[in-house]
Amino acid sequence: MSQTPLLSETLEPERYELLAEPDGLSALTRRRFFKLLGGGILIFSLLPEMTPEAQESGGGRRRRGPNGALPQEIGAWLHIGEDGAVTVYTGKTEVGQNIRTSLAQQVAEELRVPLASVRMVMADTERTPFDMGTFGSRTTPTMGPQLRKAAASARQLLRELAAQQWQTAPGSLRVEAGKVLDPQNGRALTFGQLTKGQKLAKAVREEIPLTPAAQWTIAGKSAPKIAGRAFVTGAHKYTSDMKLPGMLYGKVLRPPAFKAKRLSLDTRQAEAMPGVTVVRDGDFVGVAAPNPQLAERAIEAIQAEWETSPQPSSRELYTYLKTHPAEAQRPGGSEPETQGAIRDGLAAAAHTLQATYTIAYIAHAPLEPRAAVAQWENGKLTVWTGTQRPFGVRGELAQAFEMPESRIRVIVPDTGSGYGGKHTGESAIEAARLAKAAGKPVKLVWTREEEFTWAYFRPAGVIEVTGGVQQDGTLTAWEFHNYNSGGAAIRTPYAVPHQHIEFHPTDSPLRQGSYRALAATANHFARESHMDDLAHAVGMDPLAFRLKNLQDERLRAVFQAAADRFGWGKAQPAPGQGFGIAGGLEKGGYVATCAEVSVDSVKGAVHIKRVVTAFDCGAVVNPDHLRNQIEGANIMGIGGAFYEGMEFENGKLLNPRFSGYRVPRFTDIPTIEVVLVDRKDLPSVGAGETPIVGLAPAVGNAIFAATGTRLRSLPMIPKGLKA
Amino acid sequence: MPRIQKLHVNGSDRACDLDAETSLLSALRDHLDLTGTKYGCGEGECGACTVLVNGRPTHSCVTPVGTVEAKQITTIEGLEQNGRLHPVQEAFLEIGAMQCGYCTPGMIMAGVGLLNRKPDPTDQEIVRAMDGNLCRCCTYPRILAAIRKAAELQRRTVK
Repeated sequence: MSQTPLLSETLEPERYELLAEPDGLSALTRRRFFKLLGGGILIFSLLPEMTPEAQESGGGRRRRGPNGALPQEIGAWLHIGEDGAVTVYTGKTEVGQNIRTSLAQQVAEELRVPLASVRMVMADTERTPFDMGTFGSRTTPTMGPQLRKAAASARQLLRELAAQQWQTAPGSLRVEAGKVLDPQNGRALTFGQLTKGQKLAKAVREEIPLTPAAQWTIAGKSAPKIAGRAFVTGAHKYTSDMKLPGMLYGKVLRPPAFKAKRLSLDTRQAEAMPGVTVVRDGDFVGVAAPNPQLAERAIEAIQAEWETSPQPSSRELYTYLKTHPAEAQRPGGSEPETQGAIRDGLAAAAHTLQATYTIAYIAHAPLEPRAAVAQWENGKLTVWTGTQRPFGVRGELAQAFEMPESRIRVIVPDTGSGYGGKHTGESAIEAARLAKAAGKPVKLVWTREEEFTWAYFRPAGVIEVTGGVQQDGTLTAWEFHNYNSGGAAIRTPYAVPHQHIEFHPTDSPLRQGSYRALAATANHFARESHMDDLAHAVGMDPLAFRLKNLQDERLRAVFQAAADRFGWGKAQPAPGQGFGIAGGLEKGGYVATCAEVSVDSVKGAVHIKRVVTAFDCGAVVNPDHLRNQIEGANIMGIGGAFYEGMEFENGKLLNPRFSGYRVPRFTDIPTIEVVLVDRKDLPSVGAGETPIVGLAPAVGNAIFAATGTRLRSLPMIPKGLKA
Repeated sequence: MPRIQKLHVNGSDRACDLDAETSLLSALRDHLDLTGTKYGCGEGECGACTVLVNGRPTHSCVTPVGTVEAKQITTIEGLEQNGRLHPVQEAFLEIGAMQCGYCTPGMIMAGVGLLNRKPDPTDQEIVRAMDGNLCRCCTYPRILAAIRKAAELQRRTVK
């Protein structure tokens, strides 16, 4: 979507503009805004060009507009009330990445107000503008600048309002600490005094200069998590903690296997239970009851017979993926990237290496499972749910209940994490079905087993790599085929004259979707493991080999920064000890990770002792929260690298619980050191995803260095390292 | 089935009427509206539901209320005293030992339980005591640092 000329306002700060009709908003919309918000001033920002996030689940596609309730082109807005209160409205969701804090910091910075005076209203389809969803590390590079421009535009408007009152030139006035000051005579007006009696709506001034990162005093600093106290006292209400008057508790009847067909159903016993409502709606069967224990008993009392069908198992998964190309073209594309001719590249090589890497399905397992509270009132549906796509879920609800989006409101309380796993609205639809039939609000909280089973997985994959290298370490050929796992970061950052890189969509035995960093983890694992093998083939140091073939300055810089902090090449590894390095770039961020492992080959145990990650995501907005993301990504990465993998057979998961699905724990944690490469001269980009991609290959390379064993499967050591 | 009519929670008697088999987690969350204690797995594997029973960290999701009827139960809501946070809560804030915060109450309760019996634990002791608690955001190093910090804060308060 492009901005319409009418809306792309680039006005000179002239006083007469203040009297003109607000640009870009119809009188009706404007009235609605001020009815909603009260008087004051409103700065709205326009949606930037939409980038297709092809690989994200749910398509990220915008189904329908919000029925004219709010202009669809608006991406966010900022309101300064008649009391001077600053409120920011954005459709983004807070799932632990701490954007509630980082976005507020950026607004406070541009508006010259203390951080504590900025209130963020997030992810409420009735109160915040349309947003595709919180994924793809898009908040920092797109929502950040939108809000900064909105805040800077508001600051400029306030300056003009003061100039008008004082009959002076706006350029002579300063804005600081929530006031406009006239340095010549010391007079001052607070934002509240300036907005009193106003009803001004203005589009963001797209060309307005922003405060350079080098001059930041609020952004760029380590502000603590907003409302942190509510999290340490247990006061914060996640969706699963909510309770509405008269609310019932829901349970859903689940099939015993994927694709199972129901042959018979007997709900009489459950229906006979006092207080229990049994709901049947096509394939959907569920119950609602005044307490969870009764709901549980009622669902267990339902008799159903099912027909299950033979389905591929995890044992034959990789053969299946290689032999079942997708029938329909999947987004993400299968157009190969080619350069030169592989045959020529291989002919020019002194060594060629070919290998196959496999990637298991893994689960996000967010600690808060899917949950929703649904309420119908006067034909209007309100659903509170933990999702990364509130507007997408509103669309799903509209479809499920064949009603207009204008009668549906989705609200996302700050949520117990997602990692790309909460793009969909299953629990919202289920809770709404139950609430509709019961005539009362219903809360539905998925069990851990339901979350494992009925959500979706990170795609499994097979990756085949062939590399060719000359004796001096110059890469000549690079052929890379990814089956099913995905196209994110599939291209090599290294300079290779002859390349063929291709993503092959295939049928997937399990339902799959986004996961933190998408396929960048798998593709980096295969690429950086293979690069390590090539370095050893020509007897070169793995870091020197990479740098020899790498021109990208930012990637070189993080490799060097990680290696320097780690002491790469300084110490000789002791027996059973190994060092590994890996890196790459994705979503505008540059990462390099060094790992030290110790291997006990008798016990088959591997311990990651130390990890050093250098990361460059442009100008750093909140250093402490950035470190938190990088530390967390590395440790989360240990799960996928070492242990995690879904086992399944005939449509049944064999390990859908934490006792059978090993995730990282306290005993796994290495010493983690983070080197932030703070590029104040470059735009800020997201950091929630990319820092995860270096861990698996760095650790695999370290294990190779320690043992000579190359592990080419994720997870690498689900049952320990075999001697 | 015997009914449980009363539980001792956070220093006061709370009336209830529950099957003895009802999990302590559900009793707290669904019947006493103490939702700070979280559900994470239902099998005692993740620690999100950790509360103190007679001062000991306990997975409330696998604890039937019938077994704790006569015992003192402390939840995250019971830590704050006269508007003052417990040192472990303070330390979590100071260190920034969370991302989404969903595991935080369970982590804090496990930490309080540890410091109750070991006021000055080594890192190894912290890791061992906390290994039953999962943080899917994997903020473990910060939680470790926060428990260390809390031990220090507690010593300072005692002196």
